Amino acid sequence: MDQIFAILNATVSEAIAPATAGVAIAVIGLNLHFGFTGLLNIGQAGFMLLGAYGMAISVVQGVPMFFAVLIGLGLAILFATILGAPTLKLRGDYLAIVTISAAEIIRYVGRLAQFEKCEWSWCKKGTDFTGGSQGITSSTFTTPFKSISFFGDGAWTLSPFNYTSLGGSTAVRVLGLLVFLALVVGTVFFVRARRAAAARSWTDRLVVAVLVVLSVATLLFVFPQTMSRTQTDGWWVRAVAWTLVAVSTIVVLLLVRSPWGRLLRGIREDEEAMRSLGKNVFAVKMQALIIGGLFGALGGMVYVLASSVQADSLGRQITFFAYTALLIGGAASIFGPVLGTVIFYSARILIREAARTYVPNSILSDNQAQAFSFVVVGVILMLIVIFRPQGILGNKRELRFHV
Amino acid sequence: MIPLARSATSWRPTTYAGLLAALLAMVGLVLASLVSILSVTTTRADAVATLCLPQPNVSGCISGTVGNRTTPVEGADVSLLDKDGTEIDKITTEADGKFSFEVKEAGAYYLRVDPESLPDDLEIIPPAAKFQGPDGSIKVNAKLGKLTSPALEVRNKDYQSGGKGFGSEIVQSIAQGLRLGLLLALASIGLSLIYGTTGLSNFAHAEQVTLGGMMGYLFCNVLGLNLWLGVVIVTLVCAGSGFLQDMVIWKPLRRRGLGLTQMMIVTIGLSLAAQYCFQMFVGASQQKVVVENLDVFTLGPITLTKLSLVAMAISLVAVGLVGYVLIYTRVGQATRAVSDNPALAAASGIDVDRIVRGVWTVAAGLAGLGGILYALVVSNGIRWDTGMQILLLLFAAVTLGGLGTAFGAFVGAIIIGLVVELAGPLGAPGDLKYAVALAILILLLLVRPQGLLGRAVRVG
Amino acid sequence: MSESATITSGGGLADPAARRSLMADVDRTPGSAKPDAILSVDTITRQFGGVTAVNVEHLEVQRGIITALIGPNGAGKTTFFNLITGFDKPTSAGKGARWSFNGKELGRTSASSVAKSGMVRTFQLTKSLNRMTVMDNMMLGAQGQSGERLTASMFRPLWRGQEGQVSEKALGLLERFKLLEKKDDYAGSLSGGQRKLLEMARALMTDPTMIMLDEPMAGVNPALTQSLLGHVQSLRDDGMTVLFVEHDMHVVRHISDWVVVMAEGRVVAEGPADTVMSDPAVVDAYLGAHHDTDLGDDALLEDDSLEREAAAEEHQREEEGQ
Repeated sequence: MDQIFAILNATVSEAIAPATAGVAIAVIGLNLHFGFTGLLNIGQAGFMLLGAYGMAISVVQGVPMFFAVLIGLGLAILFATILGAPTLKLRGDYLAIVTISAAEIIRYVGRLAQFEKCEWSWCKKGTDFTGGSQGITSSTFTTPFKSISFFGDGAWTLSPFNYTSLGGSTAVRVLGLLVFLALVVGTVFFVRARRAAAARSWTDRLVVAVLVVLSVATLLFVFPQTMSRTQTDGWWVRAVAWTLVAVSTIVVLLLVRSPWGRLLRGIREDEEAMRSLGKNVFAVKMQALIIGGLFGALGGMVYVLASSVQADSLGRQITFFAYTALLIGGAASIFGPVLGTVIFYSARILIREAARTYVPNSILSDNQAQAFSFVVVGVILMLIVIFRPQGILGNKRELRFHV
Repeated sequence: MIPLARSATSWRPTTYAGLLAALLAMVGLVLASLVSILSVTTTRADAVATLCLPQPNVSGCISGTVGNRTTPVEGADVSLLDKDGTEIDKITTEADGKFSFEVKEAGAYYLRVDPESLPDDLEIIPPAAKFQGPDGSIKVNAKLGKLTSPALEVRNKDYQSGGKGFGSEIVQSIAQGLRLGLLLALASIGLSLIYGTTGLSNFAHAEQVTLGGMMGYLFCNVLGLNLWLGVVIVTLVCAGSGFLQDMVIWKPLRRRGLGLTQMMIVTIGLSLAAQYCFQMFVGASQQKVVVENLDVFTLGPITLTKLSLVAMAISLVAVGLVGYVLIYTRVGQATRAVSDNPALAAASGIDVDRIVRGVWTVAAGLAGLGGILYALVVSNGIRWDTGMQILLLLFAAVTLGGLGTAFGAFVGAIIIGLVVELAGPLGAPGDLKYAVALAILILLLLVRPQGLLGRAVRVG
Repeated sequence: MSESATITSGGGLADPAARRSLMADVDRTPGSAKPDAILSVDTITRQFGGVTAVNVEHLEVQRGIITALIGPNGAGKTTFFNLITGFDKPTSAGKGARWSFNGKELGRTSASSVAKSGMVRTFQLTKSLNRMTVMDNMMLGAQGQSGERLTASMFRPLWRGQEGQVSEKALGLLERFKLLEKKDDYAGSLSGGQRKLLEMARALMTDPTMIMLDEPMAGVNPALTQSLLGHVQSLRDDGMTVLFVEHDMHVVRHISDWVVVMAEGRVVAEGPADTVMSDPAVVDAYLGAHHDTDLGDDALLEDDSLEREAAAEEHQREEEGQ
């Protein structure tokens, strides 16, 4: 039983990690590209890396945090414009090839030993620039970020009221786990029932929100997480990260429910029809590419806050993970990207830890268990696209007509 | 069109049965050998690293080659100095140019090659500033349990003057570029054919290349087969994997009417799964297909291993064969017809599914052949992500030549090969040579979106 | 010109006699001048490889009436549509090609600006936005929506009022086109004919001065054809100019006030429907297979001969495809 709790605890811990939040924001951007506009951007990791470099390098060079973030976002706008200008008038494949290539170029350049240290007159000589293949460690650029924390020092446990408060017996935890499962199942059934009724009111939404909050609270009751308040990889990073996830979700919600969002979906369906209706397709696609890219850059900044800006950690794989997460959650849905990312990251850890714990080392070594979890990811991606293309939250009715 | 159709559908059931039997045999072979890899991997590790074995928390290794694989330097005196500059150990390289030291403590060491021991016209290429040690030595950071391989490459002394040395380096790079280009062509033609006939951008194509290398490692290294017999078997096995893939995955998906974008994402999933399958079975380290054969061939400034020449010849023959089939045979014409307009081809009696099946088979076979040759002569072995590293070069080649045109893919591959190899001597450091190839691709799309050989098509 | 001034002021052309008298004096020669041309085209050529798909020296389209553009397959009708609506660029661009719409030069205008200037087209293969509702399809047609600007889109109060007006207009048009009860269905779930209707209604959302229909009747069942014809005619009666491509001679004869015939990329004849169909040049170019028949002959329009013709056409299309 303790083994199971240890595995589940690792899973929960991964689910709320800042890296997960970072990827979730990037996936929200990708959803705007791919889900709503139909832009095949397979270089979202490039946007993330640019945002991360932009912020980290600026901070190291002494730029205030706020402006450093703006510089990171500015780089993403520049990147999107450069990539979009030649390709957005061409067939979708070209954007795909160009974005993935450009993302790789950024990674290669970031890894260059020539850029490892600042050796020029316009920056502080001898400081880290890109840090080469080692990257920029978080301690060199997160000080200003930590200094604005109002969380105080020491460690803290979420939730403060947890199974240990009720004696800490295994029975309490199992019971809590069962309550959690019941809540999840309940939510699913409620949402399904309301969807079938096709009438959605504010009270329905409120009920779903309460159910979701209760589920999360129960989960944290069974698996309380203890970490430092402000220090690296502590609660401060998590709070900021998940707040940004919420803000991003709301922004996208407002955008896609507007006439502008309608333009995006129109372009996804048929560009020529949109042009025949007097819409400037190129401009709207460019706007979408830039906005989604901004989310990518923001996600990149969040992703590196608790680790380091290392070119290889934001390579193609992250883009592929982002697509998997998006499709699990449901493309062109509002909450799909967040749900998909959380499920994706926690499921991978669950598989890996379970394989490490229960499969003897002679069959799967630790490294092989890691590789195995990626194999499962790949297979899941294939199966979802084939058998449940709408993901968890996507609209099945909408997908029935592809032509 | 009509006689064409007849030829495309003239495969008898017996042909199919034979093919199927062969395939089943292959699959059995693959499974059996995978099991044998599993049992062998542990012992192999010792066999590859012959001179020094790092042990966690006990010892680390510093080893490498003076010169490079194709032109190792014999008789060079390599000294290992500790961080105070005291000599700890000294080795004189043999014909393979190899040196290897075992250290018991992690930390900084210096390697120094005695200039007197090198041939008169050669010098060690100075490393980047941060690796420069005293007296022309090279700084090495050794870690326990790790193998550190510093680069001790040599160059002609008149390199700086830019005269003959630079010129001959360019010529050498062109030769290497052609070699890389020809090997890339093997894979990119298949990629282009698949795109042409099905409209699918196959992101898992690079894993077919890796598969070729892996199978090469399996047959030639683990099972000890003759290299050339191995190449043939690998090509067949990989072709079989393409056939199977189309049968199990792609045809049913086409039947389901899955959109091309969705299919593309399926290939991304397949690529991920395949890569980590390789990693699971073979591990994360580089594996050699055969113990290297360093016989070199020299023509003026060009020095290539003889193996490279053979690989280039094989590639040329294979590409020529595909070209011949596409242009002069009925099956080839049918393939081009499907590329042009699948609906029309189907309406004129061509069995599109069968043509596509054939294309998958040939494409996977070519990629596998490319993979084993690439592992032999370019990348010095095969790793789980070898294919992934060249995937973008393949896409660049295909796009450069014009999406979906087989001949264009060939031309594109040669250009990309040349660009990648020439970028180094022309000033692009390290991995940036790949970036240069991709940057050229982006620039070209700005000017000529249909690629070099593609045609502008009618809108609407 | 005085005559045209009176005509353009309102729906004066709803009366067939007025239209006949308007066009009575117009030359029946290719490229003839019209009393009040809304669209005028000069030296437009388009080549694909070595093949010349379109080569039009001069063409004018009269304001306020229905003009039909007919011609055999491969005559370049759709390519011509693409060229003047900005979906394709003429090979002769910069070499004398010029065309103007409503007094505005369109030579360097993108497809979206052409639509904004009031010339809206539909497509031969209907382009309904399948995974969007019928209502959303309609809403996209409206011009000048402030909520379509990225900066304003996030603030609902800035566009809520306009959204209401647009949706009212959309509902009105949907009702007119008998699509009202489908408004919340996905466009992809409509029948072929309903999609044609939707596309036409959506085009009307842009408040066009001229509407260009590319084979509006193709693939529509006979029951719907009649109502579609009615809609086209009512557009004209509302004062719009209509240019449409059609294969069905019966339809052409029935509703068009003027017919332009294209063959091998060129305009070979112009005139009212009944006269142009007996023009030997047209017969020669248009239906080689029916060389000895008069195109205006109603017998030709009876069902079985139509079927035969359709079959012949199908056959021809396949051959051309290769």
